[in-house]
Amino acid sequence: MIKNVWKLPLRISNSTKNNGFPVTKYWIHSQPNFTKNNFNIKRGNFSHVEEEHLYFFRKLLGESRIITDLSDLEKYNVDWNKHLRGASTIVLKPKTTEEVSKILSYCNNNRLAVCPQGGNTGVVGGATPVFDEIIVSTELMNKVINLDEKSGVLTCEAGCILQNMDEFLQQKNLIFPLDLGAKGSCHIGGNVSTNAGGLRLLKYGNLHGNVLGLEVVQANGTVLDLLSTLKKDNTGYHLKHLFIGSEGTLGLVTKVAIQCRLRPKSTHVAFLGLQNFNQVLKTFYKAKQDMDEILTAFEVIDTPSMELANEKLGLGSPIGDYPFYVLIETTGSNEKHDEEKLDGFLQTCLNKNFILNGTVTGEVSKYKAIWDVREKLPQGYIKDGFVFMYDMSFPLENYYKLVEDLREHMGSLSHRVFGFGHLGDGNIHIQISVKEFNQDVANHIEPYIFELTKKYNGSISAEHGMGFLKAKYLNLMKSQESINLMKNIKQMLDPNGILNPYKVLF
Amino acid sequence: MARVLVGVKRVIDYAVKIRVKPDKSGVVTDGVKHSMNPFDEIAIEEAVRLKEKKLASEIIAVSCGPTQSQEVIRTALAMGADKGIHVEVSGKDYETLQPIHVSKILAKIAQNEKVDMVIVGKQAIDDDSNQTAQMTAAVLDWPQATFASKVEKGDKEITVTREVDGGLETIKCKLPVVISADLRLNEPRYATLPNIMKAKKKPIAKVTPKDLGVDVSPRITVVSVEDPPVREPGVILPDVDALVAKLKEGGHV
Repeated sequence: MIKNVWKLPLRISNSTKNNGFPVTKYWIHSQPNFTKNNFNIKRGNFSHVEEEHLYFFRKLLGESRIITDLSDLEKYNVDWNKHLRGASTIVLKPKTTEEVSKILSYCNNNRLAVCPQGGNTGVVGGATPVFDEIIVSTELMNKVINLDEKSGVLTCEAGCILQNMDEFLQQKNLIFPLDLGAKGSCHIGGNVSTNAGGLRLLKYGNLHGNVLGLEVVQANGTVLDLLSTLKKDNTGYHLKHLFIGSEGTLGLVTKVAIQCRLRPKSTHVAFLGLQNFNQVLKTFYKAKQDMDEILTAFEVIDTPSMELANEKLGLGSPIGDYPFYVLIETTGSNEKHDEEKLDGFLQTCLNKNFILNGTVTGEVSKYKAIWDVREKLPQGYIKDGFVFMYDMSFPLENYYKLVEDLREHMGSLSHRVFGFGHLGDGNIHIQISVKEFNQDVANHIEPYIFELTKKYNGSISAEHGMGFLKAKYLNLMKSQESINLMKNIKQMLDPNGILNPYKVLF
Repeated sequence: MARVLVGVKRVIDYAVKIRVKPDKSGVVTDGVKHSMNPFDEIAIEEAVRLKEKKLASEIIAVSCGPTQSQEVIRTALAMGADKGIHVEVSGKDYETLQPIHVSKILAKIAQNEKVDMVIVGKQAIDDDSNQTAQMTAAVLDWPQATFASKVEKGDKEITVTREVDGGLETIKCKLPVVISADLRLNEPRYATLPNIMKAKKKPIAKVTPKDLGVDVSPRITVVSVEDPPVREPGVILPDVDALVAKLKEGGHV
């Protein structure tokens, strides 16, 4: 349980007029308290990093590829939400699989704990150390190894940034099957290790289907070459799936082979305003009926989320205020066909009163602006006090129930309980904003929220993973038999437990 | 109430990356996403707001170009224009169409339609000419209020705040008048579904420059279109002496 209060965000400059130009308000956060002090957790039986270890790493990587300066370490130690802070004293930046292998082999022999890190955009504390785990960053492993333009198979190193990959593919008329708000910073290795979902899952499916092969380094340094690029290969156990979604606890992913798709010729985005959640569901089912083959994304946003966007980010609904908003994206190979399908669908929705209003566009600048309203929402959290962040999936009829329950449950304790997300995947991001963190509020929320999730037949982590923050709730979701098997697999693959300890399995 | 003519141009969408054709004759437009020139969107928005305030009676959207220009007119209709006129100019003629031609076309239509105000975007984002409003006013011998960031309409005159290099200038013009819209004039609306559906039924008349008595023979030849030079990477120098040496070498001091 979270123990201590951490400091309020400090405002360092007011909005003032300066020579006729307004100076924007600007907040800095003091660093959060150390995770190890905030949580009731004991350090594992690992060695501490000593001079002889530093000597080895310096010899292996050279001075420029290790970081030991405490202020330089901050960005690796602190998570994206600025809620958690590790106490690592060293970051290693290997360039090759061979270096990763030597690092892990050495750490395994010397019982040194390791925290693999990609873009550090995770939100459940899976990418930051809890104690003084050595951070192994994939920052410098960012090369594209091969793109087979005919088959659309991209092979790249784990440290490639998602947005860079997609921009590279765009020039070859291909599209990366994964897209998420963190695309400018997240690494493909991290995406794979967390089985990231994102905005395109509705059309392209999840990473278990799109990842054709992996190269993984095991805890003892063994390099596992699972880098097949064939679509079908049923030869033996499908080991790669063990590493997709195990959040760096079973192996460190160093290379990824992924099936990319043809870049769609036609893209349209509709932004709709609806009366209530029932209408949202009706609209979704109609969209599947009328446009299933071109439907790429179906996102829902509630009013408090839009209010957050207005107040903290200066973004707003392009069509005015409505109780619920829906963003639909369609992509296809023929502009005229898609427009016809979309127009017919929208006309029906208007006639049957599924929707109150909306806008639709095929123009690049316009649909990017509309997507911004949805994609930038998480950037508002840091300005809204302390935001408890959750990520659930439900059977569709229960999708919004938890939000309504939580609003009542929190009452005046929270100034904003808001939900938005990938309705098409049954996945909702639920946030509870409070002015500042305190333990009593946290206790009021957890485990209530997770127990209620179970009652509604949902998952307590749809796509964010268990990481550090949800590890202790695994038994709410999985049977003891499954957890035992997971522990056995972990024991077999990482007997010394050096890979990302304190995460996933509690 | 004024009758308003708005010129709208179909250009490559500003969020799309521009690529130069390998033969350097122009930029690649085939298969590239186009949309209404952003400044023209602001012009239409201003016209629609005038109509909502009952200061304008009818808005006519005009676009010169190939068949696809009709898409841009439809967008204008969806935003609130009443009818559209598509001046068909295609192929080689379209490649060399310049503000000198467009201004004559708009002037003729303005006279035919007996409009009191012509509003256009201050410039198009593909050629950045910033000439059409000024030339149209000259052809018509009407006053011009360019770079408008605020427009207030009186009975027979308008008061316009213009964004100029030194700051803001406020002028009064008698109607009829030509206005060019600048960035901060307004924030254009997204066309909403009911209006998008209604727009499909609004009329778009088709004419040619010949019908209007305008000669669109080219007055310019495009010699070449090239990418701007690639920015050279910087160099890190060890000390001030090296910096001075490099500056002298480059002829900068």
